[in-house]
Amino acid sequence: MFEATHLHKRFGYHVVLEDVSMSFAQGRLTGIMGPNGAGKTTCFNLLTGRYRPDRGRIRFEGRDITALPPRAIARLGISRSFQVMNLFDDYSALDNVLIATPEVRERGFSVWRRFGGSTDVLESVGLAGKAHVRAKDLSYGDRRALEIGVALAARPRLLFLDEPTAGLGTEATARIARLIAELKRSITIVLIEHDMKFLFGLADHIYVMHWGQVIAQGSPAELRANPWVQRSNLGHAVN
Amino acid sequence: MLALFALFGTLPAWIGAIGLYPYLGVEIMVWIIFGLGFNLLLGYGGLPSFGHGAFFGVGAYAFGLAQFNVHPNLWLCLGAAMLAGGVAGALVALFISHRRGIYYALLTIAFGQIFWFVAVKWHSVTRGEDGLLNIKRPPWLDDLTSLYIFCFAVFALAVVLLWRLVHSPFGRVLSAIRQNETRARFVGYNVWLYKWLAFTISALVAGLAGGLFALAQQSAYPNVMSLQQSGFVVMMTLVGGGLVSFWGPVLGAVLFFVARDLLGAYTEAWLLWYGLLFMLVVLFKPEGLAGLLRKDVRSHAPA
Ligand SMILES: Nc1ncnc2c1ncn2[C@@H]1O[C@H](COP(=O)(O)OP(=O)(O)OP(=O)(O)O)[C@@H](O)[C@H]1O
Ligand SMILES: [Mg+2]
Repeated sequence: MFEATHLHKRFGYHVVLEDVSMSFAQGRLTGIMGPNGAGKTTCFNLLTGRYRPDRGRIRFEGRDITALPPRAIARLGISRSFQVMNLFDDYSALDNVLIATPEVRERGFSVWRRFGGSTDVLESVGLAGKAHVRAKDLSYGDRRALEIGVALAARPRLLFLDEPTAGLGTEATARIARLIAELKRSITIVLIEHDMKFLFGLADHIYVMHWGQVIAQGSPAELRANPWVQRSNLGHAVN
Repeated sequence: MLALFALFGTLPAWIGAIGLYPYLGVEIMVWIIFGLGFNLLLGYGGLPSFGHGAFFGVGAYAFGLAQFNVHPNLWLCLGAAMLAGGVAGALVALFISHRRGIYYALLTIAFGQIFWFVAVKWHSVTRGEDGLLNIKRPPWLDDLTSLYIFCFAVFALAVVLLWRLVHSPFGRVLSAIRQNETRARFVGYNVWLYKWLAFTISALVAGLAGGLFALAQQSAYPNVMSLQQSGFVVMMTLVGGGLVSFWGPVLGAVLFFVARDLLGAYTEAWLLWYGLLFMLVVLFKPEGLAGLLRKDVRSHAPA
């Protein structure tokens, strides 16, 4: 469904990604793991059009999207959440979600149509009761949920989630895990995650990144047997 | 909105009683139109234009030039004022819409100065420093009452349309872009185009205000597009609370002109006091007067 081949990216002299290739199969949940600074977020930034790769190709449903800007990629049905939250802080939770819906987007230049829409997405991320609370007044956990809600509101076919549980406690993490398990049934998902228990429980396929390269990949079962994963602290968490 | 219309609709009947005069009402309405259009950019779009007087001036000149050289029809001349403001704005916006913050502000100042320079130097068209004098009002607008009524009608229409605009999907998206440009891109918006349009519409409204000004003042001169004029509209908008309220520019403009005429009677330095108030607002109360008046200040989210 989605395929990136031989991606390279450097910032100045700092090589951040080196020959990274990944593919995400329809209906699957693909995980990306790796230590801090491994290049996971940069990878998302290339795949969603924030930066252009120095080399390499990105294809979505057979179409080359390498040079497309973020808005064009978004319009193809690809959506993402951010590791550092990116919300419309002065807007209510509901307005945050509405702004991201295709309906409002199509009416964006209209002056006479109404600004509005359905609240289904808020319900699915568990914020139905807080629809009219301003994003900046929500608790950290609710903001995390809303971060996913905004990405979902676009009704994507492919969803990139960048550490959706960062900074959350066990209970809040479990809430996000339930949400993702539910989403997985209808959307193709790519998930960056530090919490290995979390990731190994959800993912169909996992890429392990280190120093800007993919050093291992496979199903959770295959990776448990991988020497690098076993050697690293990450491995202990799952075995 | 009803209170505003009631206030200005009845203004000629009572303004004499407080020692002011109906023409002041015309001036204030012109500046409110200018300010509301400006606030579309500043308050909703978060785009600081410090050279907006240029488009006001372009509108005023266009009104006069259309009257002299094309046809004295009032509607045509007002249309020309809006069109000229809008086209000038659209051109400038082409060069600045990929910028933001301080670079955006500096570029608008630079462009504003270019327009001012042209007005002063292009003598054969603009009559240089003297400007366009003897702009005529149509006979049916020659007395002050009908001029007032006409301006009030245009004013009411402009206010309703701008209110509609900021509450439409367009206005909501524009405000979303101010809050988080990155996210707006990633949910699929063409940020550049929205910024460009906001500037163009805002300049078009400034052109309308400038056209009304030329009609009322019966002249257009370089000073109407000076940096000082540009500064006034910024001050009015911020003092009034344009960052948190649609009505901010209204409060700011009323206060500005009342201060000019009431304080101005006692001291030449009234502008100093207004400027001081402006500084206090910027330093301590960015929500402005509207923020003081309203309890649930929705900071930086005009509603
Ligand atoms: N815009 C940029 N300019 C310069 N360097 C960058 C930029 N973005 C990322 N980097 C660098 O690239 C490297 C990889 O960063 P990246 O954010 O992709 O890591 P990550 O795997 O997401 O880490 P984390 O787990 O901390 O989120 C880091 O060394 C970072 O400093
Ligand atoms: Mg990261």
